Amino acid sequence: MNADAEGSVLVPMLLYFALISLTAVGGGVLMLAPDIHRYAVDTQHWLTADQFVAAFAIAQAAPGPNVLYVTLVGLQVAGLTGAIGATIAVVMPTFFLTLLLVRFTPQRPAGRLSRAVKNGLAPISTGLLAGGGWVLARTADTGHTQVLLTVASVGVMMMTKLNPVWLIAIGAAIGVALQL
Amino acid sequence: MTPDISTDSPAISIRWPTLFVAFSRMALTGFGGVMPFAYHALVVKRRWLTEREFSHYLAFSQMLPGPTICNMAVMIGWRYARLRGAVAAFAGILLGPMLLVLALGIAYARFATQPVVRHVLVGMSAIAAGLVIATAMKMALGLSQADARWKQMASTALIGVAAFVGVGVMGWPLIEVAAVLAPLSIALAWTQSEPPSSGQP
Repeated sequence: MNADAEGSVLVPMLLYFALISLTAVGGGVLMLAPDIHRYAVDTQHWLTADQFVAAFAIAQAAPGPNVLYVTLVGLQVAGLTGAIGATIAVVMPTFFLTLLLVRFTPQRPAGRLSRAVKNGLAPISTGLLAGGGWVLARTADTGHTQVLLTVASVGVMMMTKLNPVWLIAIGAAIGVALQL
Repeated sequence: MTPDISTDSPAISIRWPTLFVAFSRMALTGFGGVMPFAYHALVVKRRWLTEREFSHYLAFSQMLPGPTICNMAVMIGWRYARLRGAVAAFAGILLGPMLLVLALGIAYARFATQPVVRHVLVGMSAIAAGLVIATAMKMALGLSQADARWKQMASTALIGVAAFVGVGVMGWPLIEVAAVLAPLSIALAWTQSEPPSSGQP
């Protein structure tokens, strides 16, 4: 992408990430993956589905908060400025919100309303996360071997307490060994 | 008693550079998610928090939007060194891992056409998709165990499936799906929750 195009997508991308980050209530930003895919890949064509999945896989293999796949989406869309910008856009709204909370509200999350909010949002985050898995698998699983890898990954994660980073390393090794 | 997160004054005071280093270390060792490493560092190793305080901060962080671990860093940083502490802990969680991921991303962009890099990515991506699906399944199992009554379980499952189909399969915008599902789901959870009793909750 040339410099002009990068400049013109930067502002809409930052606005989108800042806005969408505020909807990630109830357990992390992985559940934003299907919407980021919809907007950045399907609607805006800022990057390809393959680039999106690659960004996701690289960020999962590296240590640190899961949110950093957004950094790599930003990198693909608008270079280094995009990467740093996207990261800031996705974390800053909630940084200020959290600061406001600890600064000004002394109440504890024990009331009936806050319990209803927490219980009410939990199934939505779960469904969204499953949707993220669906979107990623749809792009990543281009052949029988890949489908098998995804199924095996689900099985191992459900039945053992293995650190997922080992699974990712095994996936990389199988990819090379079988020339996937 | 659970301490109040905004006004409690911990017995120890921790300076912001120490907070920055501590949170950087947990983030950079946190393969596959930082939370378990944060628990180990804060509760077991450094004993800055009790187990109960940790889960209290966790619950609070999950109720706010955005990355849970980042929200938690802000709260814990604030507790020990106010604004400076919040900024230091937050920067610690993000800065090191972001530079690392950036380096990996730039290396990937440079070598993406190499067959080996492509094979690695194809294998990793198929696994990564499975990790997300498994996490969702574990969360769903946890929810079904939390719901004692079948009516409650059915409405939880329905809302979850609606979110999955709407955003994942149909590709509808998250904001629109959430605008419909969130109020509905919270209202259902409200009607199904017990009114607070006069004694202990």
